[in-house]
Amino acid sequence: MNIHLQLDVARADFDVSVNVQLPAHGITVVYGPSGCGKTTLLRCVAGLEPQARGVVQLGHEVWQDDAQHVRLPTHQRALGYVFQEASLFDHLDVAGNLAYGHQRAERNNRNAMSQAVMQQVAELLGIGHLLKRRSHELSGGERQRVAIARALVTQPRLLLLDEPLAALDHARKQEVLPWLEKLRDDLNIPMLYVTHAVDEVARLADTLVVMHQGRVQANGPVAEVLTQADLPVVVGEDAGALLTGIVLNIDTQWHLAQVGFAGGALWVRDSDLSVGQTVRLRVLARDVSVTLQQATHTSIQNHVPCVVDAITPESHPSQMLLRLRCGDSVLLARVTARGVHELGLQVGMPAWAQVKSVALVK
Amino acid sequence: MYLSAEDFQAITLTLQLASVTTVLLLLLATPVAWWLAHTRSVWRAPVASLVALPLVLPPTVLGFYLLVALGPNGPIGQFTQWAGWGTLAFSFWGLVLGSVVYSLPFAVQPLVNAFEAIGPRPMEVAATLRASQWDAFFTVAVPLAKPGFVMAAMLSFAHTVGEFGVVLMIGGNIPDKTRVVSTQIYGHVEAMEYSQAHGLAGVMLVFSFVVLLGLSWFNRRADLRKKAGA
Repeated sequence: MNIHLQLDVARADFDVSVNVQLPAHGITVVYGPSGCGKTTLLRCVAGLEPQARGVVQLGHEVWQDDAQHVRLPTHQRALGYVFQEASLFDHLDVAGNLAYGHQRAERNNRNAMSQAVMQQVAELLGIGHLLKRRSHELSGGERQRVAIARALVTQPRLLLLDEPLAALDHARKQEVLPWLEKLRDDLNIPMLYVTHAVDEVARLADTLVVMHQGRVQANGPVAEVLTQADLPVVVGEDAGALLTGIVLNIDTQWHLAQVGFAGGALWVRDSDLSVGQTVRLRVLARDVSVTLQQATHTSIQNHVPCVVDAITPESHPSQMLLRLRCGDSVLLARVTARGVHELGLQVGMPAWAQVKSVALVK
Repeated sequence: MYLSAEDFQAITLTLQLASVTTVLLLLLATPVAWWLAHTRSVWRAPVASLVALPLVLPPTVLGFYLLVALGPNGPIGQFTQWAGWGTLAFSFWGLVLGSVVYSLPFAVQPLVNAFEAIGPRPMEVAATLRASQWDAFFTVAVPLAKPGFVMAAMLSFAHTVGEFGVVLMIGGNIPDKTRVVSTQIYGHVEAMEYSQAHGLAGVMLVFSFVVLLGLSWFNRRADLRKKAGA
């Protein structure tokens, strides 16, 4: 099953024009700089932009097809929407906020969800003890969790999240992120997640859509899109690859864990990992260098054999971005142009990627 | 302080007039205020100015036009005659109509402010929670705009109690029918009955002060609650 979005909407600065097929499972992150039209896109999906024209289709369910004069109003689309600010109703307590959507969804849904499920959602997001509180008696993180729960109790077929963490400080963010991961793992609801934060992309995305000036620049599995060397998301300080792997070994003496991925293995800091666990690793381009032979006499622990796949100049003339293929995986390396010249690096050459640091993103 | 039976009649009539006017005004002002708060139409400014006219027009001007309109040859008068109600001038319902027009800005403005303060977001949230527009209006917009409704009701009531010029123009001063407190006081003064005028005037003074005190107390509480929520 797919989500098909083909939408056009005029804005004051530029037009948003999108035509994508997205998988109807997991988290699809829509990433782009502020004002690139990603929130507008999300609002179009929800039917909150009356000017938008096009198609919104979820599997066989058509929410909008202006060519066929089909256009369900927002309240008839089986979606959940989490806004940037929690936007809880001030005149209701937490339980009232949850019940608001729950009652209405039940009214026009034959597979009515029982009160018990509402309890379950409250438990799932850890807000069971907050039900009698009012919006102003909650912390920012709690408020956002209530907003997510409120969207979930309507039993949406698609969950839309518009920068749900952007209004939170770092600590509050860390408080909400694990709950989002839990939703991804526990519920079978596809999510469209808008953000401009690369760390949220690395941590949450299964599919990545990169937007710029109202257009989709790239769309695909997150690891592939992140290593496309010609995208704005991969240039800049945060450029880097995303690897999914399995913990193979734990070195208890040195507190390291070996993570195997399609194409090699890397030692990472052991933070309560267990053998067999699936983890995500983020390897930033600036932490990867290249040698022609496997280096010895170095403090760097991680050496991965690879083949140079692409050499792309960066905005500063001294820098080059290398795309390195290691088996089925790809790493990015930021090196100096002089280094490339002195090693005589060319596309297709075998080499060793030296990885100085690896971040575990769960 | 001595109040005659006629004085009490005038007080009762005034309270009746103000109550009916307030109810009608809230029903009329709510859609007008909602439209003014949300429309981007070019008609917004003209309609807003029209609604605000009673603020600046002398009540006699307003009363004069209403009198003409309500009269046998006026558009409203012709309609009411056609409907079999006779003419409304110099009747209780004529006064109600005049009061509604006269106090309209006092009902509309607090509601416009309240609706604008809510902003579009809560209604959007309600839509994503499966509420139709009507449903969302009554279950989200109205409860959130409650302070605006309270303010609109209090101002409409108090302003209607305090009107004089319009009442005199279209109501005359008919005992038990159109003689309200303000015209009764006027009558007392005309007849040199100063002690009776004192009595009624005192009642009005105390009433107005209490309403204003209540309003500022209510506003303060609403503000505090908003701050606690922010």
